[in-house]
Amino acid sequence: MPDTSTEPPVSNAKIVNTPEEQEDNRRRTRKVLKKFNRKRENLVPVLQQVQDELGYLPREAMLEVAEYLKVPEVDVYGVVTFYNQFRLKPPGKHSIRVCLGTACHMKGGYILLDAWKRRLGVDRGETTADREYDLDTVACVGCCAMAPVNVIDKKAEGRVSPTRVDGILLAFKMEKEKKAKEKPD
Amino acid sequence: MTVIASQDIASTFQNIRDHALSRWQELWDGSKPIIMVSAATCGRSAGALEVLEAVKDELSRGQQDVQVMEVGCMGHCYAEPLVIIKKPGNPTVVYGYITPEKARRLVKDYIQGEDISPEFALGALEENELIPSIYDLPRFKHEKYILLENIGRIDPEDIDQYIAKGGYEALANALQMQPEDIIEEVRKSGLRGRGGAGFSTAQKWEVCRSSPGKIKYLICNADEGDPGAFMDRAILESDPHSVIEGMLIAAYTIGARHGYIYVRAEYPLAVHRAEIALEQAEGLGLLGKNILGSSFSFDIKPFQGSGAFVCGEETALIASLEGKPGLPHHRPPFPATSGLNGKPTVINNVKTLAYVPPIIRNGADWFASIGTEKSKGTAVFALAGKVVNTGLTEVPMGTTLRQIIFDVGGGIPKGRRFKAVQIGGPSGGCLPESALDMPIDFDSLKEVGAMMGSGGMVVLDEDDCMVEVARYFLEFTQRESCGKCTMCRLGTRQMLSMLEDFTCGRGQMQDLETLKELAEDVRIGSLCGLGRTSPNPVLTTMRYFRDEYKAHIEEKRCPALMCHDLIAYYILPEKCERSCDACVGTCTVEAISSNKQRVKVIDQAKCVKCGTCLTACPLQYNAVIKLSPPDKVPAAKG
Repeated sequence: MPDTSTEPPVSNAKIVNTPEEQEDNRRRTRKVLKKFNRKRENLVPVLQQVQDELGYLPREAMLEVAEYLKVPEVDVYGVVTFYNQFRLKPPGKHSIRVCLGTACHMKGGYILLDAWKRRLGVDRGETTADREYDLDTVACVGCCAMAPVNVIDKKAEGRVSPTRVDGILLAFKMEKEKKAKEKPD
Repeated sequence: MTVIASQDIASTFQNIRDHALSRWQELWDGSKPIIMVSAATCGRSAGALEVLEAVKDELSRGQQDVQVMEVGCMGHCYAEPLVIIKKPGNPTVVYGYITPEKARRLVKDYIQGEDISPEFALGALEENELIPSIYDLPRFKHEKYILLENIGRIDPEDIDQYIAKGGYEALANALQMQPEDIIEEVRKSGLRGRGGAGFSTAQKWEVCRSSPGKIKYLICNADEGDPGAFMDRAILESDPHSVIEGMLIAAYTIGARHGYIYVRAEYPLAVHRAEIALEQAEGLGLLGKNILGSSFSFDIKPFQGSGAFVCGEETALIASLEGKPGLPHHRPPFPATSGLNGKPTVINNVKTLAYVPPIIRNGADWFASIGTEKSKGTAVFALAGKVVNTGLTEVPMGTTLRQIIFDVGGGIPKGRRFKAVQIGGPSGGCLPESALDMPIDFDSLKEVGAMMGSGGMVVLDEDDCMVEVARYFLEFTQRESCGKCTMCRLGTRQMLSMLEDFTCGRGQMQDLETLKELAEDVRIGSLCGLGRTSPNPVLTTMRYFRDEYKAHIEEKRCPALMCHDLIAYYILPEKCERSCDACVGTCTVEAISSNKQRVKVIDQAKCVKCGTCLTACPLQYNAVIKLSPPDKVPAAKG
C-alpha cells in the first residue's frame, strides 16, 4: 500500500537555532506565559499558544514552559510528543494538510498525499528544505461531504485532484514571483 | 440548592425572550429581504465565503436595504454552497450549488428584480405556488429533526435568534424544578448517551449527583475524532446555544459549578462560535453567577484538544484536561464518582446534551414516543462516501439503513452498485447489503458486529476494496493507540502488518485464522474502547466479504481494483482515439507517451497509479482501464 510507515519519519537534519534566535524564542514564549497562571492544567493551552506564536515548539521554548509551570521538563516533552498537534520542527511558509478521514481516504486522499510527497520531495510531518511548505496529514477536518479535502494554509479545499496539487503549487510560485518583482531587492 | 425565586426566574426570562422575539419579528416579518449564506466548515470548503463576498459586493452597487446573514450548515452538504433567500411577499427559497457568479445573478434577478430563479432552487421552505416545497423531497419522508431543527435557519452568532426559536425556555423551566425531578424526566424519556456506547444519561447524572463532595464538573465531549463523522462539529458551529443550554440544565441537575467544552483543535470555527455563544449567554445572565436571578451559578470554558483520538475516551479526556498525556485508566472508579481532579464529573456527548432542552421543553413522553423500544429519540448521521446526498441527516431510531442510504441519501452516484456501509468509524463495522433492512438502534447494530459510534456513516460502492477499508481503519487505530496496553499497542501492529501483506499480495490463507485469533486477544486485552473495538472493522469485513480476502491472497487480485500494488493502468489500443492527447497532458509524472501509431502507452515503471489519466480520458473513448493483477497488462509492442 502507499504509505506503510506508521511513524512520522525523523529527518536527520538537526535544526539548531542561533543564540539570537533562541533568545528571541524565549522572549516570545515568556510573553505568552504571562497570560496564564502557574497551574499544571494550563500546560496544553500554553503549548498551543506558544506554538501559535512560534509556529513550532523549539527546545528552548519547552524549557521555558517547564520552568514557568513548575512541571518536570520530561513531562512537557511527553505531552508535546503525545499529541499530534504539536510540532518539533519549524513549519514552512505554507502548510499543506491532507485529510485522511474515511471518506477522503476512500475518495483518493492517499493518492493526493502521494502527489504532494512527490512534488515537494518530503514525507508527512516534514518541511521542505527551503522552508516554503510543510506537509502533514490530518485525521478528519469534518467536511467529509467534500472529500477528498486538503487544508491549505488553514483553508479547507474540497474535491481536490492530483492535477489540482500542481495548480496550488503553481499559484504559490506565481504569487512569490509577483512579490519578488514588486520588491526587486 | 433550594428553588426560592420561581417567579423571578420566569419574569427575568420573559424579559429576555420578549426582547429576542421583537428583534426576530422585526427581522423576519420586516420589509427587508434576507439573504442567508450557509457558511459552516463544509460550506466554506465549497466556497461559501466567496459567495458571501459576491453577495455583499453586488448589493453594495444597489440602493436596497438587505439583511445578509451567515448561518450554519443545513445538512445538505452535497449542494453546498447554499443560499436561502426570504423576500417579503414570496416564499423562502433554498438555493443550492451556488457559485459567486450565480450569487450575483440571484441578487440582480431576484433581489433587485422579480425573477425568483427556480433554476437554482432546491425547494421552498413553505408551501406555495411558485416553487415546489423542499419537504416534497423523498428524504423528508423519513427525517425527523430535533437536533437539526435550527441549524442553517438561525445565525449561530446571535443568541436572540436562538431564544426566539424557543431557546433557553427549558433552562428557565428547569431552574424552577427540583434536580431529582429533572433526572426523573430524563429517565422517563429514555435518553441514552450519543457518544457511542449508549449508556443511560439519567443514570450517569444520578450517580454523579449522589456522589459526595461539593465540587463537581460537567464536560461536554466534542472531541469528535472518528474519521468520517462531523455531526458534533455541525451542531457546535450552527447551533451552539442548544449545547450550552443542555450543559446548563445538566450542571444544575448534578450540582456542578464549572464546565468545559472539550473541542478538537481541528475544528477552529466550532471553537470560535462556541466562544461567541458563551460570551453572549453570559451577557444576558444565562451563564455565570446567579443565572436568571436564581442561586445557581455555572461557568463554561472551551478547551481545545490537541489531536489525539484516544481523548474521546472519557478517562483519557480527563487526563488531557489535567495537562497530561491522554492515557485512559481503569474504570471503576467511573468519572461520575471520581473524574477531573478526582471530583465527580459527568461527561456527555454534544448530541446528548443538545437533546436535553427539547426533552424538558416538550416533555419526556414526547421524546419517548419517537424511536424503538430500547433506543428512544432520533439518531443523527453524517452521510459520506459514495452516496449522492452527502451531508447530515436525522431520523428516528429504528429507521432502516436502506431508507437512510437510498431515500435520504439518494443512493449511489454514477449508477454504481452498493457494496457496504461503514458505521461508527474505527470502532464500528462494515455491513453488507443483507443488513440493509435492519432497523437501526444501539442494540441491533451491536448484534451484527458494528456500533452506533458517534454516527459516521460512510457508504462504499463496488469500487471500494473491503480489505483496504479494514487496513485503513486498523492503520488509524494503530497510529492512535496511546500505547498503554500491550495488546492494543503491539497486537494492532501485528494485525496491520498482516492486512498490509494482503493488500500487497503477500498474504497466506492461514493468516486469516491468525488474524481472527489476534483480533479476539486485542479485544480482551485492552482497557479502553479504542483497543476493545479496534478489531471490529477487520472482523466484520472478514465475516461478510471473505471472498475479497480470498481473491487478494490466492489470486493476488483486488476485485474492486483499488489496492495500489495489485492493479495497473492500461490504455486499450483499440479504443484509444489517436489524435487525442488528454491523458498525455494530464499525467502528473509524464509516464504516458505515443507509439508509432500514435496510440498512447503507459510506461508501467514510471506510472504512480494516481488515476488522473482515467478521469481525463474523454467518456466517449473510455480507453483507460484498471487491471488486476497487474501482470494482466500485455507487453508493449513497438
